[in-house]
Formats: sequence, structure tokens, C-alpha cells
Amino acid sequence: MPSGTEPQLGREEIGAARRRLILDGLGIIVSAAGFGFVYGLTARTAGHFSPVEAMAMSLIAFGGAAQFAAIGYVSSGLAWPAIGLLTFLLNARHVLYSAALAPWFRGRSTAERALAAHLLTDESFALAIAHFRRLGRYDAIGYWYPAVVTTLIPWNLATFAGVMLGDAVVEPSRFGIDVIFPAAMAGLAVGLITSRRELVAALAGAAIGVTASLLISPTIGIIAGGILGPVIGLLVPPAAGKDGKDGPDGTGLPKLEDMHP
Amino acid sequence: MSTDLVPLAVLMFAVTYPSRAIGLLNPALDRMPRRALEYLQLVGPAVLAALAAVNVMVATTDGRSVFVVGLPWLAVLACIAIVAWRRSLFLGLLVAVAIATLGRAAGLP
Repeated sequence: MPSGTEPQLGREEIGAARRRLILDGLGIIVSAAGFGFVYGLTARTAGHFSPVEAMAMSLIAFGGAAQFAAIGYVSSGLAWPAIGLLTFLLNARHVLYSAALAPWFRGRSTAERALAAHLLTDESFALAIAHFRRLGRYDAIGYWYPAVVTTLIPWNLATFAGVMLGDAVVEPSRFGIDVIFPAAMAGLAVGLITSRRELVAALAGAAIGVTASLLISPTIGIIAGGILGPVIGLLVPPAAGKDGKDGPDGTGLPKLEDMHP
Repeated sequence: MSTDLVPLAVLMFAVTYPSRAIGLLNPALDRMPRRALEYLQLVGPAVLAALAAVNVMVATTDGRSVFVVGLPWLAVLACIAIVAWRRSLFLGLLVAVAIATLGRAAGLP
């Protein structure tokens, strides 16, 4: 966290930190482009979204996992208020990212912070917080390069490509496209697991989700899993330091103690 | 071209933006109960895992939900293993798609 007493880095060290940021960002560009393409393809083939609808999601909502989830919600006929609730819950982790970044943005204009908030994603958070920590201070390129160049642009361009090619892919299941959605959800969940608590919450969410789906309906199952899974996770004692990994390793979540400067 | 889901995109923005902005625009977040913050930290993994599990384990036929076992299980498990091992979602998705494609070409359900 910035304390105002960090030693001033030389031009060479700042350059090295920025080069590392750019190199790390290249991997995120590939990932965002690949995932965005799959999103566009799935939105078109599984969700029957029009190109305008898929692009509106990528530009306005701009939340990879939530957008993927929305395809499933829309396909299963979930009511919009329920989609809103689930989207809120799914994206609630951004509260942690936002709080963790806030100290580094002290002194920046309200307009800049407001725009930065819209572009806050798992990827931009992970790259930015790591860069700020390396420098010991805010650096504009440290946030706007991850947010815009490595995430926003490739995500939207790839969404457009995927949604435009969606109709050209016949029999999506023959090409394994039907497994992309659940695999992406599971993979994103794994990426967010940094301690036993999160693992238990994920396993409980899955178990509750499937059970409630079989007993009531898949819609209720997903909501029940998302709301009750974390309750089960909270029963696990918090990690004592060695269990959880830090957020900036690419997994995304900051530790709670990082939120308080 | 349909634009019916554009308002849904706006709704999703409206419910997401406050989470993204609350810390950056309102430092009073420090006053939120710690237990609430801990709960929020667990929501992401739980929702995503529930979505994945329901999608591959539950099928709805004639209005009834039934438990299913099939090739998607293997594909999703492979993706999970690769993401845990290599921290690459993109690679995990490629492998999942490859398994599903090859499996279906071999006649697996």
C-alpha cells in the first residue's frame, strides 16, 4: 500500500517495471481475445444473441464471466430481475478489487476514478496492482494499459469476430462448443480459488446448485448455489497466511488485509 | 436485427458498476463489516461453480430435471486441471473443446 515514504525509483527501474507490465499484458491480450471470441461464438450459437446484443453486453456490461453466465440465464428463460441479482452477486468481488486499488488512486480526479471503475476486471486489477506495488506509487500506464489495451480492445474485437462467425458454425456440439460455457465457468472459478475457504464455497455452491436443480429447477439451483455456497465457505476458518495466494499472481482476488492501507 | 437484450446489458452494467466504483469513489467502504467482505470474496467461486456443475450434470427433459453423466464431465474436468496447473483458461478451454470434439467423433455421448 502507498505510504508516501517509498524510495523514489530511478528511470531505469521504472522502465523495467513498465516492460514487465507490457510483457505480462501480452498474455492477457491472447487470453482476452480467445475468451472474447468464444463468448461471441457462444452468444450467437447457444444464446441466439444478435451481433448488436452481444456487442452491447461486451461494451456496456463488460464483465466476462457475467456475460457468459447471462447466455445461460437468457437461454433458460430466467427473469431479468433474477439475472440482475445473479450478475450483482457474480460481480460483487469487484468491491474487493475497487477497495484494494483505491489507495493508489488517491489524488486522481473523480472522472478518472469513475472511468477506471467501469474498466475494472479480474485481469486489469491483477496487472495494475502488481505494477503499483513494484513502483510503490500510482502510474497511469499501470492501469490504463491493462484496462484498455490488454482487455477492453481485444475483448470487444474478439466478441465481434465470434458473433459474426457464429452462424457459420453448424452443429456446435460437433465442434465441442457446447462444453465451452461450463468449462469457462469452472475454469474461472478455479482462477478465483486462493484458499480453502473459496474451495469449500465453490464445492458447496456446485453441490447445492445441482441438488436444488434436481429437486426444484436449474434456475433456483444456480441462485441457491451462489447464495448459500459462500455461507458454507464462511464456516471454514480463515487461512493463516500460507494458504491463500496473493491477488496479483494472476488469480485476481486481493487478500482482505490488502484493502486497508 | 434484434436489440431486445440491449436493456439487459444496461441492467447488468447498473448492477455491476456500483461494485466496481464503491472503493474507488467512496473510501467509506472501510466501514463495511468484515464478515460481509469475507462473504463477497466467496461469492464468485460459488456462483461460477454452481453454473458449471448445473450445466454439465443436469438436463431438463419434459419439464423434469435429471442427473446426467457424459463427455462434458471429462472436458470440464480437464479444463479445471489445466487452469489449476498452468493458470491458463485459454489453454484449458482449448483442451476441453478438443476432448469434446474427438470424443464425439469417436461416438461418445
